[in-house]
Amino acid sequence: MKYLDRRIGWTLLLLAGLAFPYVITGDYQLTVMTSAYIFAIATLGLNLITGYTGQFNLAHGGFMAVGAYTVGILTVDHQVPFWIAFALAGVVTTLIGLPLGFVSLRLKGHYFSIFTLCIGYIMYLVIEKWESLTHGDSGIYGLPAPPGFGDFTFTSPLAKYYLVFGFLVVSTFVMHRIVTSLLGRTFMAIRNSDELAESLGINLSRNKLVSFLLSVFYAGIAGALYAGTERTIGTGLAEVTHTFNMTMFMLVGGLGTVLGTLVGAIGLPWLTQSLQFLQEYRFVVFGPVLILLVIFVPLGIVGSYLSWRARQASRQALLSAKPTAPEAAPEGGAPHA
Amino acid sequence: MLKISNLSKRFGGLAAVNDVSTVIEAGKINAIIGPNGAGKTTFFNLISGVHKPTSGTIFFGEHDVTHMRTHEIARLGVSRTFQTTALFDMASVLDNLIVGHRLRTRSGLFDVLINSKRLREEEKACRDKAREALDFVGLSQMANRMAGDLTQEERKRVAFALALSTDPKIVLLDEPAGGVNPDETEGLATLIRKMVAHGLTVCLIEHKMNMIMSLADKILVLNYGEKIAEGSPSEIRANPAVIDAYLGSEHADA
Repeated sequence: MKYLDRRIGWTLLLLAGLAFPYVITGDYQLTVMTSAYIFAIATLGLNLITGYTGQFNLAHGGFMAVGAYTVGILTVDHQVPFWIAFALAGVVTTLIGLPLGFVSLRLKGHYFSIFTLCIGYIMYLVIEKWESLTHGDSGIYGLPAPPGFGDFTFTSPLAKYYLVFGFLVVSTFVMHRIVTSLLGRTFMAIRNSDELAESLGINLSRNKLVSFLLSVFYAGIAGALYAGTERTIGTGLAEVTHTFNMTMFMLVGGLGTVLGTLVGAIGLPWLTQSLQFLQEYRFVVFGPVLILLVIFVPLGIVGSYLSWRARQASRQALLSAKPTAPEAAPEGGAPHA
Repeated sequence: MLKISNLSKRFGGLAAVNDVSTVIEAGKINAIIGPNGAGKTTFFNLISGVHKPTSGTIFFGEHDVTHMRTHEIARLGVSRTFQTTALFDMASVLDNLIVGHRLRTRSGLFDVLINSKRLREEEKACRDKAREALDFVGLSQMANRMAGDLTQEERKRVAFALALSTDPKIVLLDEPAGGVNPDETEGLATLIRKMVAHGLTVCLIEHKMNMIMSLADKILVLNYGEKIAEGSPSEIRANPAVIDAYLGSEHADA
């Protein structure tokens, strides 16, 4: 029953995403949504290492920039076909993540976060200063649009919307599968207590690194999509602001939940857009709202819902346990979404 | 089962464990007692690989585990509990336990991406193991309750179940009866006896003297990191050094 519920929920979301361009027409809205989806993919990655594995990586935006610049440099300066550059963006980001993750994951807690904050800033500086490779401050212009079949290219806002939406669906599906698997349970055990996880025979450094590499791969793919849809990239993408935005998406939606990441990453850009009329005062409104949310809804929107559901299920279990517990446990009844 | 020779651990100038040699005997309940700060938990941390000893050796059967890492030692069959058990309070008890058998599985990222047969089998094995462990500790009716709803005593039992789901040969229990009432303590003692009856070796740290004296087959007494006595409960009770250091005079004629 619960399993069916979840199926229906995800299917409805899928249909809503497919129908969106027909319900809300307008290129501006489509562009906002496309951009939100791209950051949602990156945030799914950040949520894996931060929400599920408990290691708060502040260099995430930097890795997204690496993905974008890989596509930009390869397509514009070396005439590499877009999709090959796209695939290489994932590979390059993961390869750069390997030594950086290996070194930084030796640190724990805040030390890891501060270290990765520095790494992120160094990545920003490298992108800004290494002009012969990255074009420095002037950025890279005129990236090719992602080609489709035949003469078709993803240039119109509608085409770009569906392209990015397709990637978001696959990313969400894969992430959901990861976090509900034994591998995801391993990551969560590390988040709960690395001391306990290690005593249960879990190789901490290896599992943290796997989680880290998966997360930066997501960032790289998101960056490559950004490059393919914006077709102009600048050093701003590597700024830590993006990482903090993604963190905010996770916190508002629900840290350590897949659905929460989507809710935060898609809902918040619309919220900030709708506050545009307040102009520069909008952060005077937005800031306190965020603070209130963190204080009173610390688990986030989806996190609170799941916690409520878990509590209901627990109460149910208590009641049904009294008369000799006949019920079979629902498979995979974990609070995952 | 575990042979510990001349084990020492220094933190700077402090000798937390100083030249301790002992044998944790297979199929028995081995207790470690001593006043606060005697080095008991450090001793556990050395055996389980959390700390590297400054000197000395630890053999688990024929394996030299002195310099092994914690997760490798766990895979050999040394399992442990902590004074406080970190559970994911928002998940069910069963969900918390499933990861306990992870070390006996081999599925990796690739299995997850293709949803391989091996992964599905191993997930089932982990789930079955979790249920079996929960049955063993007498909490099968709690399987679907939230971990956050458990009492202190139930948390202790879940900690035992987690340790048992790793398929251990020896279980190290750090204050298994800390913070639970006398009735519950008796229940936990029964559970520890049941573990030994099923062929496990138990080594525990405990402050509750009544429990230790009735439960342990063999007691090791530490004080200021040094072994001051070792033997059966009756020998320990009669040992003047122990009475002097720790037990107090009222236990001398008990």
